[in-house]
Amino acid sequence: MNKIIEKELFSENVCRFVVEAPEIAIARKPGNFIILRLDKKGERIPLTIASADTEKGTITLVVQRVGVTTAKMLNMNEGDSILDIAGPLGKPTHIEKVGTVLCAGGGVGVAPLLPIVEGFKNAGNRVITVLAARSKDLIILEKEMREFSDELIVMTDDGSYGKKGLVTQGMEEVITREKVDLSVVIGPAIMMKFAALTTKKYNIKTYASLNTIMVDGTGMCGACRVSVGGKTRFVCIDGPEFDAHEVDFDEMMQRLGAFKEQETEAYERYLKTVS
Amino acid sequence: MENIAEYLKEERSQPWRDELRKSMKAKERTSIERVHMPEQDPVERSHNYLEVNLGLTEEMAITEAHRCLDCPDPTCISGCPVNINIPKFIKKIEAHDFLGAAKVLKETNALPAVCGRVCPQEVQCENSCFYTVKLKKTPIAIGNLERFAADYERNSGKISVPEIAEHNNTKVAVIGSGPAGLAACGDLIKMGYDVTVFEALHDVGGVLKYGIPEYRLPNEIVDVEIENLRKMGVKFHTNFIVGKTASLDMLREQGYTAFFVGSGAGLPRFMNIPGENSVGIYSSNEYLTRINLMHATDPDYDTPVHDGKTVAIIGGGNTAMDSVRTAKRMGAKRAILIYRRSEAEMPARMEEVKHAKEEGIEFMTLHNPVSYEADEKGRVTKMVVQKMELGEPDASGRRRPIPIEGSEFEIEVDVVVVAIGVSPNPLIPHAVPGLEMSRWGTIIVDKETMQSSIPDIFAGGDIVRGGATVILAMGDGRRAAAGIHKYITEKVKK
Ligand SMILES: Cc1cc2nc3c(=O)[nH]c(=O)nc-3n(C[C@H](O)[C@H](O)[C@H](O)COP(=O)(O)OP(=O)(O)OC[C@H]3O[C@@H](n4cnc5c(N)ncnc54)[C@H](O)[C@@H]3O)c2cc1C
Ligand SMILES: Cc1cc2nc3c(=O)[nH]c(=O)nc-3n(C[C@H](O)[C@H](O)[C@H](O)COP(=O)(O)OP(=O)(O)OC[C@H]3O[C@@H](n4cnc5c(N)ncnc54)[C@H](O)[C@@H]3O)c2cc1C
Ligand code: SF4
Ligand code: SF4
Ligand code: FES
Repeated sequence: MNKIIEKELFSENVCRFVVEAPEIAIARKPGNFIILRLDKKGERIPLTIASADTEKGTITLVVQRVGVTTAKMLNMNEGDSILDIAGPLGKPTHIEKVGTVLCAGGGVGVAPLLPIVEGFKNAGNRVITVLAARSKDLIILEKEMREFSDELIVMTDDGSYGKKGLVTQGMEEVITREKVDLSVVIGPAIMMKFAALTTKKYNIKTYASLNTIMVDGTGMCGACRVSVGGKTRFVCIDGPEFDAHEVDFDEMMQRLGAFKEQETEAYERYLKTVS
Repeated sequence: MENIAEYLKEERSQPWRDELRKSMKAKERTSIERVHMPEQDPVERSHNYLEVNLGLTEEMAITEAHRCLDCPDPTCISGCPVNINIPKFIKKIEAHDFLGAAKVLKETNALPAVCGRVCPQEVQCENSCFYTVKLKKTPIAIGNLERFAADYERNSGKISVPEIAEHNNTKVAVIGSGPAGLAACGDLIKMGYDVTVFEALHDVGGVLKYGIPEYRLPNEIVDVEIENLRKMGVKFHTNFIVGKTASLDMLREQGYTAFFVGSGAGLPRFMNIPGENSVGIYSSNEYLTRINLMHATDPDYDTPVHDGKTVAIIGGGNTAMDSVRTAKRMGAKRAILIYRRSEAEMPARMEEVKHAKEEGIEFMTLHNPVSYEADEKGRVTKMVVQKMELGEPDASGRRRPIPIEGSEFEIEVDVVVVAIGVSPNPLIPHAVPGLEMSRWGTIIVDKETMQSSIPDIFAGGDIVRGGATVILAMGDGRRAAAGIHKYITEKVKK
């Protein structure tokens, strides 16, 4: 049992949770994630550890509502408990001093990006961060990102905040202006696909953190498999970060939609039970 | 071995056994037909998840027990990896002392209700029975009797909790809660150790829970055994991945003196053929885990799984058989088993093959998939299979399958399950630098003590054998417990 200590609403669909998990708080590194199961009948879903407090024994999760499990979680409150949390899982981000790092986060991908931005900054890099969302109210963690970034660019699809345009436009602006040594992109699969295409044009090494469907998260089931450089890899143990130029994002998007029908049905059923 | 033979002889010469032996002539015993285990009707059972085998009645068990000759040299025992005193427990059944029979089983086997159900008896104890070896008759139904005694004890509510030595306040960690880990912790707790089992998943039992389906081994039976271990004082720490949640060094700092690694064979293999990552193609581990551990077929649970009209399973082992029979139960019109060799080479248990056929599973032997096709959403729609023929025996002693050029044809499929084997779980090997490993990714241990190249680490089960059976894993766990005890008494204390 893992108690929810704090809950903060970023927007209607995005929420930050501080949850008790003392062992994981100590062991986690940037890039790691956990697998949780809310209750006895729940499914196991992966969520990135956005930050941790070893003294308080807590980890921070930022969750976006997309289906049943995340919706149920957003309905939980301080004092409630999450039945199972296992982790930290996945390989931590390889952080070193490389020079200038361009980090790009889209939607809820901003949450897992935060510890990476922090890590690269602390390692002595120049860090430029591009945050992107559909509109102003969907931009999250801006203040925190600003703290660890030498420069922060905000992009919105509708121009309601920052600059109007897609994440790739923000990235390209930086790339054409100065030398970038490494790029890290996290967000929806489609965003990572186009971000990867952008950096490939300029031959900039790029990592993407993949958010495939998972079950166990320990390498046992193969649900999370993706093609990277023509080879099948398991995101939970070989990743979640891979060379973005090698990832078959189209295959990954199809696999993400594997249970779309069942999920939509389940979500509608769930909405009926709560309303 | 000397003293074991002595002990068996002494046990056999006890008056109650003498009397029983004399109560019926050997000729009469051998003329009794082997009692058939009642089964659920094949049509009915292929639509439910209830146990297929229904268990023996008391009368049936006693009749079957009469067949056993209580041999002076009980060869059956050497066929059992944990050397259960088979004639003794069978004669207890003949004497109507069912609880006594269960007690005999528990002397050497912590999970008799499980083994009675899932052991490949036909190649183990029953294959070494006097009936098989000398009389060329169907052997004593040792497994069925074992299950009977264990079930009787459980249903009686009078489960005997073994005696526990005085607590010695020495902490030992067991990594993984499959049969290897459960057997090890059962013995260690009896020796007085302070035992904690660390399990990566949210539930205890390893393959017994996430792999083997309910219709062969109900979870409830495994849970009763685990509850017993809990009552004996074993602590279970779920959601704890050793090497990730905490390193071995951190556990050493917390005072753990020795470790037993029973982390199993978790890494599924794929064939790496075109289209294999299409939606609707699962590893058997994923398919069975979704259904058994996550209850995907129960609408009350959130985890989804695909069902399909035509489901193809690739492979010929227990895992393939479990997957294909599960697919049938989920309502598949066609559930096809595709295996590249012939039925004779299938590694699955005979009983599974027989049950599968009765349930209407299509066997497509001497066939192998070469590619998959998907629709625009990426969902698998077709597979291309190739016919095979058998050549010379290979390293495994089985005849090598050779593809027949130009024999390819298509099958329309909705769901595919790849059940071609697993590799050892790499989590622990990756997390423990310096641990000596084999080429195949298994942990190398001393065969007697199960000690690895690092003195305080012992290992057993699938992580050592690559892939084995429940009872072999349990045998390893027990040997390792003895090894750990020896190591702690000789090296650590004093
Ligand atoms: C390593 C990793 C780290 C992640 N970190 C975070 C995080 O920090 N915060 C966060 O909000 N989410 C994160 N995700 C995604 C999160 O796991 C999914 O959003 C969640 O599983 C959806 O569950 P659900 O029941 O709410 O929705 P479902 O009903 O399962 O899905 C609804 C729809 O969302 C899409 N979807 C399903 N699974 C995923 C997935 N894994 N990723 C993206 N879309 C999916 C599908 O298109 C589906 O139709 C991470 C995923 C991975 C693999
Ligand atoms: C579908 C299927 C059917 C089978 N049918 C039969 C049968 O009928 N008869 C038979 O005899 N055998 C059968 N087998 C084989 C048998 O189940 C295995 O040989 C046996 O379970 C091996 O036991 P184990 O304890 O070594 O490992 P497992 O049962 O695999 O258990 C290992 C456990 O360790 C956990 N773990 C792994 N790494 C860590 C870590 N780092 N920290 C914490 N926990 C960890 C895993 O989550 C798992 O729970 C079958 C196997 C499968 C998959
Ligand atoms: S444990 Fe298995 S091999 Fe041993 S006697 Fe029982 S059924 Fe036979
Ligand atoms: S070998 Fe067969 S007949 Fe003889 S004691 Fe064992 S089970 Fe009984
Ligand atoms: S989630 Fe099961 S192998 Fe990665």
